Amino acid sequence: MIFQAGGGHTGGSLSSLDILVALYFHAMRYDPKDPQWSLRDRFVLSKGHSVEGFYCVLAEAGYFPPPELDGYGTFNTRLYGHPTMKAPGVEIPTGALGHGLSVGVGMAIAGKLDGAAYRVYVLMGDGEQAEGSIWEGAMAASHHALGNLVGIIDNNNLQISGKVDAVMRVASLKDRWSAFGWKVVEVDGNDMVALVSLFDRLPKDSSRPHLVIAHTVKGKGVSFMENKPDWHHRAPTADELDLAERELDKALKDRD
Amino acid sequence: MSDAGGKSCRHAFTEILLEAALSDSSIIAVTSDAKGSVTLGDYERAVPAQFVEMGIAEQNTVGVSAGLARSGKRPFACGPASFYSARAIEQVKNDVAYANTNVKIVGVSGGVSYGALGSTHHSLHDIAFMRAIPNISIIVPCDVAQTRAVTRFLTKHVGPVYVRIGRGPVPEVYPDDLTAFTFGKAYELCGGGDCTLIASGEAVYPALQAVGELAAAGIRARLLDMPTLKPLDEDSVVTAARETGAVVTIEEHSVYGGLGSAVAEVLAQKHAVPMRIIGFPDEFVPAGSSAELFSYYGITGPGIAATVRKLLDRQRFRRG
Repeated sequence: MIFQAGGGHTGGSLSSLDILVALYFHAMRYDPKDPQWSLRDRFVLSKGHSVEGFYCVLAEAGYFPPPELDGYGTFNTRLYGHPTMKAPGVEIPTGALGHGLSVGVGMAIAGKLDGAAYRVYVLMGDGEQAEGSIWEGAMAASHHALGNLVGIIDNNNLQISGKVDAVMRVASLKDRWSAFGWKVVEVDGNDMVALVSLFDRLPKDSSRPHLVIAHTVKGKGVSFMENKPDWHHRAPTADELDLAERELDKALKDRD
Repeated sequence: MSDAGGKSCRHAFTEILLEAALSDSSIIAVTSDAKGSVTLGDYERAVPAQFVEMGIAEQNTVGVSAGLARSGKRPFACGPASFYSARAIEQVKNDVAYANTNVKIVGVSGGVSYGALGSTHHSLHDIAFMRAIPNISIIVPCDVAQTRAVTRFLTKHVGPVYVRIGRGPVPEVYPDDLTAFTFGKAYELCGGGDCTLIASGEAVYPALQAVGELAAAGIRARLLDMPTLKPLDEDSVVTAARETGAVVTIEEHSVYGGLGSAVAEVLAQKHAVPMRIIGFPDEFVPAGSSAELFSYYGITGPGIAATVRKLLDRQRFRRG
């Protein structure tokens, strides 16, 4: 996709992919044939630039045919370089950082008002934590006791200019979110077994919102992309793509 | 049409919103510590479950409203126009307009309503900001009856809308709210063939007074009230220009980007006629009450009439 489009957010899409897979193929209830089903669990990709992995998951989940992914980023496609309402399964357009949590708070308030059992998941970036509006949303979520809201931070420690804590220190995320009244848990965000078991264990009757700090590796799965800020926004060359595919194929075989 | 106003448009808005909320539980008022300033006290007491407080956080208030709308609610994000049209403008653009969520942004105490509190609290930019964003309608009612009619419309309408209303009591323009508002339509308040005045919001009443002043001088001015600024009633604007040959716009907004600009954009391309834009010039205003500032910038019956006469004199001189 990114190779064909000639650009894309490779690193962040790979770091957050395991989280998306655990949500869409284990934790969440939804119906791709009825994307507006009122009782669906909601997912908001607040770090909207990790869109390539998100589109792959939506296609695999049945929201649109996987061959459409080949048109990603091309003229007049539904698959823009950030999620929009044109792509089936997208709840809200994102890309400008710091917006998703507030929208998730609104969805969670509506769920409480209606006594509906759905959950709202919001995936944020660690660099995104510098946006002030996130903390407005964080405050509102605990004030309104939104136990049906799950915030997740893709904590890959890198952003476009370098190490997150060098650009703007966000450590300690755990202390900050706890102080804002959230129940914080940490997990290896690239360990599928750990993710699946964590989402199963999050209590639904909580009076406090949940925050999952998912420790991830940017560019996960491809040796020469892992932990390299260069890959925040970069398309692979043909040779690099070939090498990456061979590495991922090998990992798949080793697992089986 | 009387000069001595009693009620404010804020009260008219919350009264009708409550009336609708009592029979429609999807209506939710969302606010940012602006319960008093919006006059939502009675509303909150009557339907507490349909009132959501977000604290002093306008960006979050708009984002939360978008989330409520995506879950089947009809949120009204209410608070000072200055903050919703500037600080929260990215949320308005992305979470409301781009997302096409059914959110009504209700900016109260708009324009220079806050008077001497100064430009931090004024919204003389809001129409320009909102007009440049696709997929959000803009409505500026001029009096209590029209605000009631607009609010009734909003409680049924689906889609993003920005509404700007003022703070203080306003004189009556419309005797009742049954005929005071149709979405996207101009209202001809006075017929006349010598020139056209087009006004919106709290500038409509002084424009009406100007029509009286001009009549005394033998000039028959047409007056259009333009409560919907987007989509603009282009047909009425073009017809008025064709039939009267000169247009003067009057608004409580910067002369850049508001009603005057919208009308000029239409006329320059469809039927150019001599035109003047009356509003607030490109400067931060001096301290003063709303009435003092209107007067200082010539947004009064005599001030508007003088601008109209100058424009018509110039035309006569040119024609020889």
